[in-house]
Amino acid sequence: MPLIIFKSHDGETKEVHAETGTSIMQAAVDNGIDGILGECGGCCSCATCHCYVDPAWVAKVSPADSTEADMLECVLEPKETSRLSCQVTLTDEMDGIIIGMPKSQY
Amino acid sequence: MSEHCIIIGASHAAAQLASSLRQEGWEGKISIVGDEPYMPYHRPPLSKAFFVGEKTEDELLIRAANFYEKNNIDLLLGCRVSRIDRDAKKIILQDDAEIAYTKLAITTGARVRKIPFKGSELAGVFYMRDLNDVKQTHKFTGKGKSAVIIGGGYIGLETAASLRKIGMSVTVIEAMSRVLQRVTAPEVSAFYTRVHTEEGVDIRTDAGVDAITGDQHVDGVRLSDGTTIPADLVIIGVGVIPNIEIAEAAGLTIDNGIAVDEHARTNDHDILAAGDCTNHYNPIYQRKLRLESVQNATDQAKIAAKTICGKLEVYNALPWFWSDQYDLKLQIAGLSQGFDQVIIRGDSESSRSFAAFYLCEGRLIAVDAINRPKEFMTTKRALSTGQTADPIKLADDSIDIKDAFTN
Repeated sequence: MPLIIFKSHDGETKEVHAETGTSIMQAAVDNGIDGILGECGGCCSCATCHCYVDPAWVAKVSPADSTEADMLECVLEPKETSRLSCQVTLTDEMDGIIIGMPKSQY
Repeated sequence: MSEHCIIIGASHAAAQLASSLRQEGWEGKISIVGDEPYMPYHRPPLSKAFFVGEKTEDELLIRAANFYEKNNIDLLLGCRVSRIDRDAKKIILQDDAEIAYTKLAITTGARVRKIPFKGSELAGVFYMRDLNDVKQTHKFTGKGKSAVIIGGGYIGLETAASLRKIGMSVTVIEAMSRVLQRVTAPEVSAFYTRVHTEEGVDIRTDAGVDAITGDQHVDGVRLSDGTTIPADLVIIGVGVIPNIEIAEAAGLTIDNGIAVDEHARTNDHDILAAGDCTNHYNPIYQRKLRLESVQNATDQAKIAAKTICGKLEVYNALPWFWSDQYDLKLQIAGLSQGFDQVIIRGDSESSRSFAAFYLCEGRLIAVDAINRPKEFMTTKRALSTGQTADPIKLADDSIDIKDAFTN
């Protein structure tokens, strides 16, 4: 099971192992990571699972589609590496991935 | 006695409430009692991704199966509560077992409204609220078969889209003069009627149902005008009613739902309630609301958990909703009821991407955004933070939507 390192806006980290094939959002919700909400359950409708993929890992993550990209344009504090974590599916290549989280999802 | 929070009901609000209680530092026992045999699961995919087989049962779970054990949350599933004894502070289960609580949360949700159509007991007639219902429909679905859907609301239309996806012929029967009449503007109803028609659905409005026909198995639906539409499967989606009976029997105040204050407390402050079953005051719209939505279940449950942990916060979230049909992603921010003006941004008559903004006395109150995530996101934030919108800019698709709002 790949390792995900969640990093809160103030630098606190939490390590979580999750099954390959689950989304980063689901891994966060299942492990009580409160910086990620995932209100719509992962259907790319709410943008409350906004995260920052660590630049070193961006190449291992499939790119955002146009709906996700439009939503990301309107989140609080967007960055180049912003993603909706419900749209990022965990693969074996992502073992050790670092996921930053914004201060707020609203 | 040690602290014990019992949560009655095991759906969206319950899962969030239990999880939030731990996050807020609740150290006592937590028990979730639910009458379905399943761990809390996402209901929206029942008419969509789960219905067409794109999501498995495991993928419906709101929290992973081991979440509850890891967080020391007891699940009593397939277990019905028969009553609440407020004086003794305990719940009594159907088998007469008693469990004492120090705090009780009622998250019993809503159940489908059942209309006793003649023939509604026939095999092949379903409602779409519970996992059990939807699992059974699979025996009656299949390419080339026919379905009739009674009710042109969101559930009916989502199910119609799913059934078309698996190659069934679909007719939607709506009693009112347009689909989604209760919740959208005529322009949005016309849009959904057009798209469903383009996708091959036969939509009949102003149509009453006389009877569901068949011997043991459904074979059709007879309309009030005498025409019969053949059907291998009938799905009824005509709304829900809140599950308030257990609260009412316990003497809690009921007012179109279980009445709760801004901290999710009933008139008994050791008993809270959250989600579809509640009626609460919304400060943004300055009126009492009973909402049927995941957002409300989740957000109100968070407030309830804080209250239980002694952190009083006011519930003032903006309602929002979504509905996925075909390639259409509808996102709704705010409540459109009471609108006196609609502004359409984009082309609702021939494209599949536009936004309908709802105004009341010149003030923006809601948006239906179809394949327009930016319009949804900006409006959701504007309504939450009290920004005002310029109606002329809202209507002008050449202007960036962000520029239509001012603080």
